[in-house]
Amino acid sequence: MNIAKKTKEKLDGNNFLLMITILLFFALYLAGMFAFHEKGFGKPQVFLNLFISNAGLLIAAAGMTMVLITGGIDISIGSVIGMTCMLLAWMMEKKGISAGASIVIVLIVGTVFGLVQGFLIAYLKIQPFIVTLAGMFFARGMTAIISKDMITITNETFLRMAGEKINFNFITTYNKKGMAIHPYIYVSVIIAIIVFILIFLFLKYTKFGRSIYAVGGNEQSALLMGLNVRRIKLRVYVMNGFLAALAGFVFCLNSSGGFVEQARGFEMEAIASSVIGGTLLTGGVGNVIGSLFGVLIKGTIESIITFQGTLSSWWTKIAIAALLCFFIVMQSLFAAVKKKK
Amino acid sequence: MKRKVFALLMSVLLIGAMVVGCGSKNSTDSKDTSGDASSDASQSGDLITIGFSQVGAESDWRVANTESMKSALSEENGFKLIFADAQQKQENQTKAVRDFISQEVDIIVIAPVTETGWETVLGEAKDAGIPVIIVDRMIDVSDDTLYSCWVGSDFKQEGVDAANWLVEYMDKQGTGDAEHNIVVLQGTIGSSAEIGRTQGFDETIAAHANYKILEEQTGEFTQAKGQEVMEAFLKKYDNIDVVIAQNDNMAFGAIDALKAAGKTPGKDVTIVSFDAVKAAFESMIAGDMNVSVECNPLHGPRVSELAKKLMAGESVEKIQYVDEGVYPAETAEKELPNRQY
Repeated sequence: MNIAKKTKEKLDGNNFLLMITILLFFALYLAGMFAFHEKGFGKPQVFLNLFISNAGLLIAAAGMTMVLITGGIDISIGSVIGMTCMLLAWMMEKKGISAGASIVIVLIVGTVFGLVQGFLIAYLKIQPFIVTLAGMFFARGMTAIISKDMITITNETFLRMAGEKINFNFITTYNKKGMAIHPYIYVSVIIAIIVFILIFLFLKYTKFGRSIYAVGGNEQSALLMGLNVRRIKLRVYVMNGFLAALAGFVFCLNSSGGFVEQARGFEMEAIASSVIGGTLLTGGVGNVIGSLFGVLIKGTIESIITFQGTLSSWWTKIAIAALLCFFIVMQSLFAAVKKKK
Repeated sequence: MKRKVFALLMSVLLIGAMVVGCGSKNSTDSKDTSGDASSDASQSGDLITIGFSQVGAESDWRVANTESMKSALSEENGFKLIFADAQQKQENQTKAVRDFISQEVDIIVIAPVTETGWETVLGEAKDAGIPVIIVDRMIDVSDDTLYSCWVGSDFKQEGVDAANWLVEYMDKQGTGDAEHNIVVLQGTIGSSAEIGRTQGFDETIAAHANYKILEEQTGEFTQAKGQEVMEAFLKKYDNIDVVIAQNDNMAFGAIDALKAAGKTPGKDVTIVSFDAVKAAFESMIAGDMNVSVECNPLHGPRVSELAKKLMAGESVEKIQYVDEGVYPAETAEKELPNRQY
């Protein structure tokens, strides 16, 4: 009873943080529209580009949010994404495996990767940071072993999938040359949005989804409640492995090639997006909707800086750092108030 | 308790208001500047807006390339340059290009991080009717109408120039008919600079029977590796009198190795190098290096000329090589003050 109440309060705090995140996104976006209206910031395509450019990150951030809710962390996903791209390119180009089969294989590889990491974390009780650090080095190393040189994907099915535009023909804007332009998205965006909705529903409405919060909130209590903590953790890492591979596939749709340095540091962007979205690194609190807005905020800052045109692109990192500071301070303020009560 | 929560809420709102307040203040500032820019444009006729996505700032060569672009595409010359540093990441680069398209720039210039992954985003540029100029590295696309032209170095010609210089030099020294034993320090195998320089040099020198290439081995474009490979060459052969280093850094390494072996680089052994960076000129003045064939990073003037032609609707040659010189030691002193990189 007490736990239930506590969890509820925590979630209320989280909802408030989530609201700030969402408000911040709209404030930033409106500021961008206001400032760069003449340059076309207000066009629907600019908004859709946030999704097109960050489809892979959206999926990775959704998986990362789940892991963070259990109180764990997974810093291997950037390397797993790099490995996925390389493996896809290698199988299709060097081994002549069909696009469909290659995609299925990389998803299985990602899942198995998650399974091994999850087993080490949940059953052998090794620190998630260390396990996934090893996973990060391993996957990056494997990428280079598969091929040190860049492999360009020329597989027609894959490229068709990558280039398949979904046009919104009911919206028409005209550019300065008078050409009619319809906003568009790619298949990768649809995949990312479906994944997001599924994970949102899963975390909110399934028993397993709720038990993830319980495990992250207080592992001891969750155990006493009769939850199989180890199995829940294992499953979360397995799911995250699958999602990392899926993010890799979506990432690859954008880059259509594999090379060793691909997606380096991607895990940190996913973690930053989750934290800006109100997920606590200590576990038990988090929401994929927040992470969605975390990703969108990152994308908006990047766009504003490109539209501005004279600022160095490195300011993006500084802005993200400032936001992270702001959000963790907010979170600890909430925690302090709760303690007093 | 409730009051405390309320107080916290209010303070959060206050901070939020401050952040948003700052945000909108910034945005009005930027609006002012964008307003200035547009009024400038109306005063000075039509500026050509160029979006330039650069790889990063990883080497002196790259920095010189960026500087050349910035100075050639200045407002005095009739351009408005929007510069985006991709921080070595392809995903940043595609994102920047999408932002350029949304901003309706007149021309997009890309110095690609990678060869792959350009089909979709350049397709979007083509649909929007924006011409694309590729500089430095080539891109790998199946449809070459996706870009208007490419500006860069003719690495094969550099190799040919080096071989011709060598033959001429030996003729002048009066040893044109003597036997010459050459070792080659190649760049990273598979890089376009290595392939072109090797091919150009080998083909040209093959026409002269008294020039013999003892061995070609990679020094991976680094000074340390160049020195190591040169040391191995010196142990293996005792009759080396020409060293071809495919970049200046490897030449510096080879010079160190030769000095350590008691030989006099520049006199006993002729050193032929590529790139012609500032340090190479200093080395030539010191008498260690005999010649360096330029790899010109100053793409700006050519790009500005092409941009103007494209805007006027003229057709341009697809492949545009930049002018590159050969700088023998005797010109070094005079040329050094003019070097920008």
